[in-house]
Amino acid sequence: MTSRWAYGLFAIAVLGLLSTPLWGGNYVVRIAITIAMFSALSLSWNFIGGFTGYPSFATAAFFGLGCYAGALSQRAGIPMVVAWLIATLVAGAFAAALGAILLRLRGGYFAIGSIGIVEVIRLIISSWGSLTGGGDGLNVPFLTGGPDVVARTFLIAMAVIMLIVFAATVAIDRSRLGFGLRCIEQNEDAADMVGINTTAYKIAAFTLSALFCGTVGAAYASWAGYIDPTESFSILMSIKVVVMCLLGGAGTVFGPVVGAAAYSLLEEFFWANFLDYNRAILGAVIVILIYFLPGGLLQMRSRGLLARLRPSSQSKAPA
Amino acid sequence: MTPAILELKGVSKDFGGIHALNTVSFALKEGEIIAVIGPNGAGKTTLINVITGVHRASSGQVAFRGEDVTGQRPFQAARRGLARTFQIVQPFPRMSVLENVAAGALFGGAHTRMGEAMEAAREELAFTGLTAFADRPASALTLAGRKRLELAKSLAMRPQLLMLDEVNSGLNSSEIDGALALIRSVAGRGITILIIEHVMKVIFSLAERVLVLHHGELIADASPGEIAKDQRVVEAYLGEKFARRSSLPFAAPHVGEG
Repeated sequence: MTSRWAYGLFAIAVLGLLSTPLWGGNYVVRIAITIAMFSALSLSWNFIGGFTGYPSFATAAFFGLGCYAGALSQRAGIPMVVAWLIATLVAGAFAAALGAILLRLRGGYFAIGSIGIVEVIRLIISSWGSLTGGGDGLNVPFLTGGPDVVARTFLIAMAVIMLIVFAATVAIDRSRLGFGLRCIEQNEDAADMVGINTTAYKIAAFTLSALFCGTVGAAYASWAGYIDPTESFSILMSIKVVVMCLLGGAGTVFGPVVGAAAYSLLEEFFWANFLDYNRAILGAVIVILIYFLPGGLLQMRSRGLLARLRPSSQSKAPA
Repeated sequence: MTPAILELKGVSKDFGGIHALNTVSFALKEGEIIAVIGPNGAGKTTLINVITGVHRASSGQVAFRGEDVTGQRPFQAARRGLARTFQIVQPFPRMSVLENVAAGALFGGAHTRMGEAMEAAREELAFTGLTAFADRPASALTLAGRKRLELAKSLAMRPQLLMLDEVNSGLNSSEIDGALALIRSVAGRGITILIIEHVMKVIFSLAERVLVLHHGELIADASPGEIAKDQRVVEAYLGEKFARRSSLPFAAPHVGEG
């Protein structure tokens, strides 16, 4: 697939998402919002997990911080979009400060550390009742207008956020920063030795991965109208975002979007059709997809797939 | 007299109770080719790691062109013009050969734009004879090819001092001849070279001066001819047989003089 085709298909897909209110009910629009939201989160994770190769599970921490920063700003009377910008900066500043410490860890240790961050922030937010409402959660001022207007507004908002992250991804993919991050992903010691300031580059990637999670979190809080610590800092969300990115193709420009869309649609399909076993089926599908397509859906080649099905021709262990 | 490009003053490096380097002092002159020899575990690679900031010296000072660089980080060493190759090659495996070299030009060299870095990388590929492999992934190269790639990547960083850590290990004798010619032409560009080597043919045909490390101590710093006669070096490393053979006048064509 040449890249011009890929961009064309991407544009059609975005238009498809934006057109849902014209032909679908609010259920369909809700799915479209979810796809845009998770595309933005998955594209964000791609900066640190895909380009740089650091398996971060901190997505939920940045998302949750964004939820609370946005909600608290809105409750203080700050206009909604400004509140989202504040949430963006809060999440980014938090990641920049945290990165200097956390990014000293590598591989599995880094992954565990990032999970710890989600839990610590959740506990702080839960315990700091005077500010955050603790376990009772916070109400966020609703948008005026009926459900249709609200759904359309947030569909456009999430799609715009997704497009901004996508544009950032394309720009970084072609930049000196992106090249340096790929070097770190492939061989960090060698990257250091050719003159890359690996610490600064990793912090930049980690901050980029947090910024837009903050925006998405704040937009989500405005959309949902109510947030609590358990839902805002759900480790399952971190895992879901990682799976989406791997499913589509980590380190690629389109992979996170493809993965987020495919995962969201599969989840919706199994949820609707298999009420009891949907999680188990979804899990099995993910395992199968990742086993047969370790490079993600975008790596799919019919011939390669057949070759994998012949066990004699290839080693069985996925790379 | 030309000033020292690199000077070590009483550099030690301890790992726990092990003295990997013990008060090592020497100076490198601009444009010189100097070899470091010694048995396994003598501290040769540690020496390069301390110079490039991978390890920080436990005591002593490393000076580059008179500036104290003891506490520098590897990327700072690279930008100052201190490049090194690894004993165990360290490519970016899923990048093309050209991109590997471009990384050196982009981050360690004088180029800040991708296009310029790619151009510079092509020049170094031509210099090292890797042009035909430019678009192949680095992991597809043979060992000799990957060693050349390491060299090309380092050269793209426009180094002033190049440290070669056993670039000839694992190569066959015709590959070594090719590597020798290549190192000579690198020296012809005015780059100071510090080479860690076990292949005596390489040392005696290239080096103007030899440093001998043994248990972390510098036991000799002399010309190749003198080294071959030095009793401590013979005992520690070369062996009696080699010493007898090399007591014949060694035709060591010195290159890159001045």
